Amino acid sequence: MTGRRWYVPWLFLTPALALAALVMWGPLANTAVLAFTDARALGGGRFNGVANFARIGTDADFWQALGNTVTYMLVVVPALVLLPLLLAMLVYGKLPGIGAFRALFYTPVVASMVVVGLIFSWVLRSDGVVNAVLLRLKVVAEPLPFLTDSTLLLFSCMLVTIWKGLGYYMVIYLAALANVPGDVLEAATVDGAGPVRRFWSVTVPLVRPTMVLVGTLSAISAAKIFAEIYIMSDGSGGPGGEAKSMVFYIREVGLGVDGEIGYASALSLVLLAGTLAFSALSLKLRRRNEEGAHA
Amino acid sequence: MSPRLRMLAGRGGRYLLLCAMVVVSLGPFAWQLLTSLKGAQEPIYGADATWLPQHPTLANYAAVADTVPVWRYAGNSLIVAVANVLTNCLFGAMAGYALARMRFRGRGAVFAAVLASLVVPFEVIMVSVFLTVKGIGLVDTLAGVLLPGAITGLSIMVLRTGFLALPREIEEAAVIDGAGEWSRFWRVALPSVRGSLAVVAVFSFLFAWDDFLWPLIVLKDPDNYTLTIGLQYLSGTFTNDQRTIAAGTMIAVLPLIIVFLGLQRLFFRGVGEGGVKG
Repeated sequence: MTGRRWYVPWLFLTPALALAALVMWGPLANTAVLAFTDARALGGGRFNGVANFARIGTDADFWQALGNTVTYMLVVVPALVLLPLLLAMLVYGKLPGIGAFRALFYTPVVASMVVVGLIFSWVLRSDGVVNAVLLRLKVVAEPLPFLTDSTLLLFSCMLVTIWKGLGYYMVIYLAALANVPGDVLEAATVDGAGPVRRFWSVTVPLVRPTMVLVGTLSAISAAKIFAEIYIMSDGSGGPGGEAKSMVFYIREVGLGVDGEIGYASALSLVLLAGTLAFSALSLKLRRRNEEGAHA
Repeated sequence: MSPRLRMLAGRGGRYLLLCAMVVVSLGPFAWQLLTSLKGAQEPIYGADATWLPQHPTLANYAAVADTVPVWRYAGNSLIVAVANVLTNCLFGAMAGYALARMRFRGRGAVFAAVLASLVVPFEVIMVSVFLTVKGIGLVDTLAGVLLPGAITGLSIMVLRTGFLALPREIEEAAVIDGAGEWSRFWRVALPSVRGSLAVVAVFSFLFAWDDFLWPLIVLKDPDNYTLTIGLQYLSGTFTNDQRTIAAGTMIAVLPLIIVFLGLQRLFFRGVGEGGVKG
């Protein structure tokens, strides 16, 4: 179009760009700078080279938080790639009332993590309903310490993450399944393939790009896990703080009593590197998938 | 078995599985709801607890309001969520419109910056954002709570996709009528991307309403708490009264569930159209 004054697009962009500069790009640049200083909430702020990164190497708390976060991902990501796909297949297609089921399965996504965390802390406490059922069925002789044992607490948080994520990823898979031609599945049925065979040899290859996407999204959100652990441990990070996640630890270091902003910034950059690695890996896998599809 | 019978059996099995999943998805909410309705004398722990309240009462809801200013917290959450909906819809649409419909120097760079913002998690920058918010004196204010979510890369991208799909002719007619840039945007383009606006509105609202980490960082004074922080505070202060906590969580989640279930048709259609695809 002609006759447009050059600054007009910028007038449209200014509010968004100004806000993004203030709360996104500025702080990101600041984090990158602070990571090389000894900044604290009160004073400090001198350049100290890679001292923060050297400190990470010998910081047992960091390694524990990293180990917890990685364990978390190893359980949660495969579960969230597979289970929502099965759920999506269950609610896929035209069946009376199926839309209502979809909406009901999505409900946990709408509820805030705090509500969900409080509900599950209530259900999973040692005198809670889950233990009552387990005791009555004689599965266990004593109540399981779901919330007061570090390992079990982490496991309980994973359960909550998976439970709450099911509906979210189900919707993503539904969009992918809509693109799977129905006749392919029918042809496989006619050829005598059972449901399990059809799932692995027809459905999975067709939705593989979406599985990569879901894997990436769930890996990135598992890397940032915080609220589940905070709420289910009542803010403590588990007994002795042994169930802390990366974000839990960063918040504690950077915004806690000491406010070690420089060190927390270095930790933040490690987290950023980790999540970027997953994004890059996903992009690569999806490219390969696309090439495979065109070949 | 005849094929027809087999089909019916298959369908029956499927409904059975679906119902089992409903119990898994909604069971915990139901248990919490029923707990919130139980009287003070009823057992709520362990094997003695029954599903249905024997003496249903709303006293626990009154008790929440007596212990913490829960309506005030809900009001605070509402202010933050509505403000984030407005800023994301308006500023996101303005930016998305410029990126989709205007040619100018630097467009590629702006687009790249928006795209790049999608891969930087908030958790990475939260310490620095706190320093910024502290620097401009907004710690412990609702303005401080709403600032980081006021515009997101996702809102801009969803709205840009919406504007890209508009046919040229719509705008050209307005140009011939002599409409300026702003009135073309406001009167012609914006009303045509209602679906995308709905998606952005729903996601901004839910994100702001459900957020926990940032309000936990920025709010200190219990008077300013949003609902999520207020609930955690309630549970931390009154751990012995599960009925009250249950009532508090229901106050936070029931309106949301009801609104969602009421709008679910619109919601799923919007998600399908809104370019939230892999």
